[in-house]
Amino acid sequence: MIKQHYQSIIVQTICSLLIPFIQLFALYVIIHGHYGPGGGFQGGVLLAVSIILQRLYLGTGIAHQKFPPKLALALGAIGMLIFCLAGIVPMAFGGAFLDYGNLPLFWIHGAELRAAGILIVEIGIGLAVFGALVLIFDSLAGERW
Amino acid sequence: MRWFNALIMLLFVALMLYATVDLPDHADPQSPANTHVSPTYIENSVKDTHTPNIVTAVLADYRGYDTLGETMVIFTAGLACVLILMKRKER
Repeated sequence: MIKQHYQSIIVQTICSLLIPFIQLFALYVIIHGHYGPGGGFQGGVLLAVSIILQRLYLGTGIAHQKFPPKLALALGAIGMLIFCLAGIVPMAFGGAFLDYGNLPLFWIHGAELRAAGILIVEIGIGLAVFGALVLIFDSLAGERW
Repeated sequence: MRWFNALIMLLFVALMLYATVDLPDHADPQSPANTHVSPTYIENSVKDTHTPNIVTAVLADYRGYDTLGETMVIFTAGLACVLILMKRKER
């Protein structure tokens, strides 16, 4: 358990300034996966890194109030559920498993609908990876919950 | 014994080097990896999925089932860490 949190004002200021930018960049990496390098896995890791940095500099007591491990578990499970639903829902609308062309988003069609399906799946991957990495950090740090 | 192990390693290295002779050249357009399914992805991915990044199109659309398995593996690893290592709070 990391009991010692950093008293140094330099570390606290730099970390609290850095975390929103890391999270913003993580969202950019997830959303921009269609056009550049990146995607759900990388963006999820960046999101998890921002939370882990918060745990490191705040100490687990305050950081667990800000972001409890149970929330990480819930978010990871929600991401996994989004991915599985993106696979199963098209089956109910006459497509194959993971056939995004049959997602019930009726205002977009064809290739655009497949791009939207890819975006949905990337968000699911990002949430699942984020939850898994935060959970791994918490359990390896010997937390109780 | 050490010399015997080293001899086995050398034989293995020789076997691997011998096998690399038969590999296709780097970026050979006629190699099986470049003639089977890659041209279809390169030609059709923008038309099919409206995604300029072919890697994303292959990862999330053409090979979505594989990615589902990968994500499930990572999430299961996180769950296993929690179940094995995390302790409950005493109340």
